[in-house]
Amino acid sequence: MAVAAADACQDGRVSDESARAYAAALPVPEFETTAMATPPPLSQARVAIVTTAALHHVGDQDFTFDDTGFRVIEQGRTDLVLGHWSPNFDRAGFAADPNVVLPMHRLQELADAGTIGSVAPRHLSFAGNQEDTVTRIRLDSGPAAGELLKGDGVDVVVLTPV
Amino acid sequence: MCVLAHVLEAAGLATIALVSNRGVAERMHPPRALFGEFPLGRPLGIPNDPEFQHDVLRRAFALLDEPSVPVLVDHPVVIEIEEEALACALPPRFDASLPPAVDEARALRAAFDRTLEKRGVTSVGRATDPDGIPDLVGLLVRIAAGEKWDEVGLPGDPISCAHDVRTYYEEAAVALAGGVGGGSAEVWFSDVTEGGRTLLSARRQMKEQEAPFAFWFYMAAGARS
Repeated sequence: MAVAAADACQDGRVSDESARAYAAALPVPEFETTAMATPPPLSQARVAIVTTAALHHVGDQDFTFDDTGFRVIEQGRTDLVLGHWSPNFDRAGFAADPNVVLPMHRLQELADAGTIGSVAPRHLSFAGNQEDTVTRIRLDSGPAAGELLKGDGVDVVVLTPV
Repeated sequence: MCVLAHVLEAAGLATIALVSNRGVAERMHPPRALFGEFPLGRPLGIPNDPEFQHDVLRRAFALLDEPSVPVLVDHPVVIEIEEEALACALPPRFDASLPPAVDEARALRAAFDRTLEKRGVTSVGRATDPDGIPDLVGLLVRIAAGEKWDEVGLPGDPISCAHDVRTYYEEAAVALAGGVGGGSAEVWFSDVTEGGRTLLSARRQMKEQEAPFAFWFYMAAGARS
């Protein structure tokens, strides 16, 4: 099991540069083709956020160290806890303003302005973990996430990593 | 993140990834990617800056107009991680009978509570609650002094304990500082505070004591020694 790829910094402090270089040099799963979905016009589209910041609501199950599942985040519910196991990214930004990771208020403003059709009732949070084969994300939790979002009428997903 | 983009797009959802690592995105070619060279942990760029966050989202949604995928575009603004410690005054010593780190953790409670009141929630609580932080710091003091890490009675695994202490300090720092540049709170915690320095000292002791690698390594940023 490999934890989040940004977890091996070689020099500096939090050292984004070395974390990025390390992650970029790791083997990555192969995707021979790239699918392309065609959403309705943005002004009619329902938008959800999927983050890998290991966020969860108070009282929801914590993320385990190698958790490949997801937690549901309800739109507008701000009791967001950061449960990530990696110490290798800035957390103070989230502490100051969760929208810098999960922009639920920005999406609501865009919906109110008519820029997007609507905000999904539920967003999802993973923890950035994947085993080398990424089997569980590809065959288990990833498709389950897709099914949940499709069930909510979601057209567009904004993915936000940390 | 790129794997999820592929999986969700294949399920019929149009995805836009705010990628933080251009090299990975180049190799994994998710359908639509906006690379923001921002401090890791801040995919929307700048906290408490709705205008900037909207700019990121506007550029992201514009990728839906591209006629084909994959597409990878750079956000034009680069935000470097800060190497300097957050400018954040620490409280003076209050109870000289306590170890400095424990005294400091107690004194930061008022600032922590101000952030808690504003946010309504804290990310402290994986191993202990805010009330337990000074005692937890006291246990780290003992480990740093040479006591066995697995005999002092930590309230949880060492990674979760470290998470709670750092989060407590950083949430307090948010109330004490005007703005928090990316990475600066971690530098402040690790280099400036008694609590952070004690945590790093305890981590070094745990390595010496041959604690399991993950237990000590993930207590702090990988580059910390």
